[in-house]
Amino acid sequence: MSVPRRRLRGIAAAALAAGMVFSAAACSASDGDSGGEGGKTVVLQYFGSPGFDAAVAAFQTANPDIKVEAQNMGELKDFTPKLNQWLATGQGAGDVVMLEEGTLLGYLETPDKWTNLLDLGAASLEADFLPYKWANGFTADKSKLVGLGTDIGGLAMCYRTDLFEKAGLPTERDEVSKLWPTWEEYAATGKKFKESPAVKDVAFIDTATAVMQPYIMQNSQTWFYDTSNNYIVEQNPIVKEAWDFGLQMAADGLTGKLQRWQPDWNAAFANAAFATVPCPAWMTGSIAERAGDAGKGKWDIATIPGGSGNWGGSYLAIPEQSKNKDAAYKLLTYLTGKDGELSSYKEKGNMPSNVKALDDPAFASSTNEYFSNAPTGEIFGASAKSLKPIYLGPKHQGIWENHFETEMRNAEQGKKTSDEAWAKAVADGKKLAEG
Amino acid sequence: MSIDTHAADAPRHSAGPPPLDPGERRKQARQVRRGRLDMKASPYLYVAPFFVLFAVFGFFPLLYTGWVSMRDWGLIKGDQGFVGLQNFQAVLTDANFWNAMYNTAGIFVVATVPQLLLALMLANWLNRKLRFRTALRMGILLPNITSVAAVGIVFGFIFADRYGLANWILQSLSLDPISWRGSRFASWTAIAFMVDWRWTGYNALIYLAAMQAIPRDLYESASLDGASPTRQFWQLTVPLIQPTILFTVIISTIGGMQLFTEPLMFNYGAAGSGSGLENFQTIAMYIYYTTFEGNFKYGLGSAMSWLLFLLIIGFALINFLMVRRSLKGSK
Repeated sequence: MSVPRRRLRGIAAAALAAGMVFSAAACSASDGDSGGEGGKTVVLQYFGSPGFDAAVAAFQTANPDIKVEAQNMGELKDFTPKLNQWLATGQGAGDVVMLEEGTLLGYLETPDKWTNLLDLGAASLEADFLPYKWANGFTADKSKLVGLGTDIGGLAMCYRTDLFEKAGLPTERDEVSKLWPTWEEYAATGKKFKESPAVKDVAFIDTATAVMQPYIMQNSQTWFYDTSNNYIVEQNPIVKEAWDFGLQMAADGLTGKLQRWQPDWNAAFANAAFATVPCPAWMTGSIAERAGDAGKGKWDIATIPGGSGNWGGSYLAIPEQSKNKDAAYKLLTYLTGKDGELSSYKEKGNMPSNVKALDDPAFASSTNEYFSNAPTGEIFGASAKSLKPIYLGPKHQGIWENHFETEMRNAEQGKKTSDEAWAKAVADGKKLAEG
Repeated sequence: MSIDTHAADAPRHSAGPPPLDPGERRKQARQVRRGRLDMKASPYLYVAPFFVLFAVFGFFPLLYTGWVSMRDWGLIKGDQGFVGLQNFQAVLTDANFWNAMYNTAGIFVVATVPQLLLALMLANWLNRKLRFRTALRMGILLPNITSVAAVGIVFGFIFADRYGLANWILQSLSLDPISWRGSRFASWTAIAFMVDWRWTGYNALIYLAAMQAIPRDLYESASLDGASPTRQFWQLTVPLIQPTILFTVIISTIGGMQLFTEPLMFNYGAAGSGSGLENFQTIAMYIYYTTFEGNFKYGLGSAMSWLLFLLIIGFALINFLMVRRSLKGSK
């Protein structure tokens, strides 16, 4: 009796040991196998809400031999570390991956990780894209095209007509646009708005940091970096000018001191706690979501002070590790083509970077019901086409989000003086840029 | 190979009474050998899974991290060669690193001291005869088994600056609202709330288990001698569960030094940005930021991880000595 039991124990132990070996082996076997049947599965990895669903379905119908596996990777900040590890280890990345414009230049510094789209025949597509969007997809030596543009963030100023009415300001969008051809006039309008006792608890703009992006883009060709990737923020007077301008608005009591994308900011929409917000095309959906049914028809869209601007927007690229480059390229060019970009505009309001799509009536004459039927295609299209390109640099997004935006908000909220916050942002940004 | 050893064993077995044919004898000898091997080797095999897993997921990463910490290694650009102790030097002169250290230690103190005291009280209370005793004992563990991310999100709403529940309560008591991320102490307190919400019940259950091992007659004689319940608690219960208290202090130290998810969720998921972050960015957040978000500095992150490892060992030792001495004193 005791022998079989002992034997059983031996077997159990052996099985356990074997199981551990197998499970360890299984871990390494499961990835890097995106090939599928005959290399026809294409993995698409994206973040945020690019509105690819309908476009992928249409592509699938047109190309039954290619299987598209679309993977939603969450927010940009969740996706970035993963993608970096996959690129570093040479496996795990999708066949087509989405890259944000603020992080793109960091990836361009390692061109060997990416497929040259020119080799796959992208050269003929140049005329299809807005010039700056096309140019930004290249590596520094212009020899390699890494990404093609998906969306851009043409800028406008979203405002609440009900609050403007209460404050005694004009509410009609053309008249509102005429109130602020420049940022100075925008701030002056804000002061006039705050004079009215009917809106004394309402801020004029959600946060001082919101003026930075359009202000700098309209007035400078560089931001934190020069075109040779040197960190030059201290030598770029426009950045400090925009900083001071935003904080002056805060000092005048015009800003809501909110942090974007956080619960307080979300709740502020529902509470009608501010009257204007600089809004890229992709943000109209976010506003409608947060302000809810109660805000429908109370919002409208005017032009941005200064007239042009861009905020955000992405690219699609093919990692060098992809085993299905041809099929991946097919998907990539479909999604960045006219039909693909119009489809994602329809789905999520993401504005096309493809000129053919921008000129198409489906975009150009589109209106937005939530925003009092504002002619969104016309407003955002004009702002995008008049935009002068700006050079962002490899770690732009990190320097902006982690240091300058954070410190500017510290100053706005009175946690630090402007000088302290500026000094810390410059120093921490330098460490990030040069590290 | 078995034939050779069998030949050597043969004379010993031939002394046995029933003469066996060679095949049978060989079988018996094999069984004896297998039995001996089983006795000696099996126990090691049974404990092996832990050690194998620890070697793969604990010890190897530890050594590997040590190796990486002496190299200039970016996550994308790859290994750029040996740099000696430069990474450690960079970490030790980094003001943000020390700021994160200070926050970690601060949050640890603000969270752990009330947590363990509260757990002791709870355990003492649950150790009495109560209605629904089992339900109550199970109930205090509930916060521990809820997802920490869910807890973080909910507390993030509670401690939102403008439209948060905590400030709403303060305002309805006509007190000034608090900027929860705006000052060190406010943010530490808010994070301590999350930590304690999760871990007080867990520690209370451990204390309760220890308390139940104390013989009842000790309490009976103490009552006969006229000791009040409070006095019984401090002079009987606490000294008798000293090893358990020591255990929870060390475990809390290790957990506290590695605090990550709660402050991360308090900052709405960002490890390296957000206003007020420098008030409560913990060392684990800073390591994550350095390695995976900022500059993808693998070497620098590894150096920080090693320093944290050494610090945890140091802290645990200090804790051990301090708690042991103070408990001895109270005996």
